[in-house]
Amino acid sequence: MSPVVVARPPRRTAPPAWARIVAPIVVGLLLLAVWILWVDVLGTAPRALPSPIAIGQELVLRGEIIGKAMAVTATNALLGLVAGALLAVVLAALAAASRPLDGMLAPLVAALAVIPIVALTPIFNTMFGASSQFGRQAVAGIAAFVPVFVNVLRGLRQTRPVHRDVLRSVAASPWQTFRVLTLPTAVPYLLTGLRIAASLAVIAALVAEYFGGPADGVGTAIASYAKSGRAALAWAFVAGGIAIGLVFFLATTLLERLVARRLPV
Amino acid sequence: MSTESTTGSGATTRATGVPSAADPAAPALRATGVGKSFTARKGEVVALTGVELEVAPGEFVSLIGPSGCGKSTLLRLIADLDAPTSGELTIFGKPAHQARLDQDYGIAFQQAGLLPWRSVGANIALPLELHGVERAARAARVAELAELVGLTEFVDRHPDELSGGMQQRVAIARSLAAKPRLLLMDEPFGALDEMTREYLQSELARIAAETGAAVVFVTHSIPEAVFLSDRVVVMSPRPGRITDVVATPLGARRDDGLRESPEYYAHVTAVREALHGTPTHRPGEP
Ligand SMILES: Nc1ncnc2c1ncn2[C@@H]1O[C@H](COP(=O)(O)OP(=O)(O)O)[C@@H](O)[C@H]1O
Ligand SMILES: [Mg+2]
Repeated sequence: MSPVVVARPPRRTAPPAWARIVAPIVVGLLLLAVWILWVDVLGTAPRALPSPIAIGQELVLRGEIIGKAMAVTATNALLGLVAGALLAVVLAALAAASRPLDGMLAPLVAALAVIPIVALTPIFNTMFGASSQFGRQAVAGIAAFVPVFVNVLRGLRQTRPVHRDVLRSVAASPWQTFRVLTLPTAVPYLLTGLRIAASLAVIAALVAEYFGGPADGVGTAIASYAKSGRAALAWAFVAGGIAIGLVFFLATTLLERLVARRLPV
Repeated sequence: MSTESTTGSGATTRATGVPSAADPAAPALRATGVGKSFTARKGEVVALTGVELEVAPGEFVSLIGPSGCGKSTLLRLIADLDAPTSGELTIFGKPAHQARLDQDYGIAFQQAGLLPWRSVGANIALPLELHGVERAARAARVAELAELVGLTEFVDRHPDELSGGMQQRVAIARSLAAKPRLLLMDEPFGALDEMTREYLQSELARIAAETGAAVVFVTHSIPEAVFLSDRVVVMSPRPGRITDVVATPLGARRDDGLRESPEYYAHVTAVREALHGTPTHRPGEP
């Protein structure tokens, strides 16, 4: 016999790799040039928009305090993301296993999805004390919970009939079926949920800082420096916030890609 | 090479404890008065009615008939994937449900149904893993099965790296993992090209002979049924039922030479006539 290994088909026709990297860099540099032209050369920009050069100087000079603030916000976002995602996976598994529970949870999650969660921060701060980070972490957690729950619940329902038949034919127990079929089928959906949740958790953790609580974190710094007229420093903290969001996004995207390679759906 | 010769502990029963002993004299399959109705939106669909069938140990029986005549339904009832509305099914003298728990049968479908995140070896080992067979025994059995289906070099690959025919061979290896004495197959070669199909038919004939397992094989190809089977069971739709059984005793020689032989053609004609209800006239023949 001469078994033939079938080559994977090309995914889709995309621009060459170098173009995909170079294009956004070129766009970014162009925007930067326009910005410098407007602020430094023409001098017609509003005071709240400092030159990128001034922002860069602040980033270097105040790197340490910016780093500390970033650590606070990133930790809140990460704790919220992990706790919210764990709770979402457990509840989604329960909802997938039990129709009545699904009926109870579905409207609750739908309600959560439309409530502006950060608006709850002042209430949390009052509940848990103004010096506690818990309110911010809780807000990040709730924000992360929704997309993970929705995606995992959908993923847990994607098992194919032929796979269910195979497992039934080998007399797999319900738990074995969950472990070898239902759960692995849902993993790509979990990772998509996590990628969406990661960005939401960062945004929630940062915006929650605008609503009071301890006097630390990127959001707190942006608010106070913007108010006191130190626009360049405020913008340097904004850059810090963007960096946190990017790291969360890239980490979860990478995870999704890695697992997608091992789990072709 | 015999698949019955190694130390793999094969089928062991979880939960219920002891596998119930099969009656050695019992037929591999006995169906008495089996019927199945589905309640659809437009009312009741009688998918099967009055099915009487007995398959001897080691016998190869094909179910043939037009689409919708209940072939898949019958196979699913035998496999205890669905419950019959009426009648009784026993496998080696046990109720179908118990036979499933005891892994007395292996099954393969038209879709290979491999788990894409598992390697070929891990897919073959799945039934053994779920029944607590130790790692070493599992590895030995996988090696043996991979050799049986000619995929030794591919055990570490993933299903998406294999052609359709190779995936189907993996599915057959998986169905044989627990050394069942009954093999159920629902159009396993239905989605394959003609060349691969003929090749796998020869392979299956060899595997069935080597393992000594009885086979119930669903197909809608007359030559395929005749080539493989000791008996061909002809079915009709509306309502799904058995209308004829054609013996096709072509002996142990199931190789490409057989496809050219006059007895083979004679049996193909016999099955065709049983299927169409009347002797058929082919162009160019008196
Ligand atoms: N799950 C089901 N629900 C309703 N009707 C079904 C179901 N499965 C099969 N049927 C009906 O039973 C009949 C036999 O189907 P099937 O056993 O799949 O036929 P075959 O495999 O011979 O093509 C068909 O009329 C089909 O529509
Ligand atoms: Mg069918």
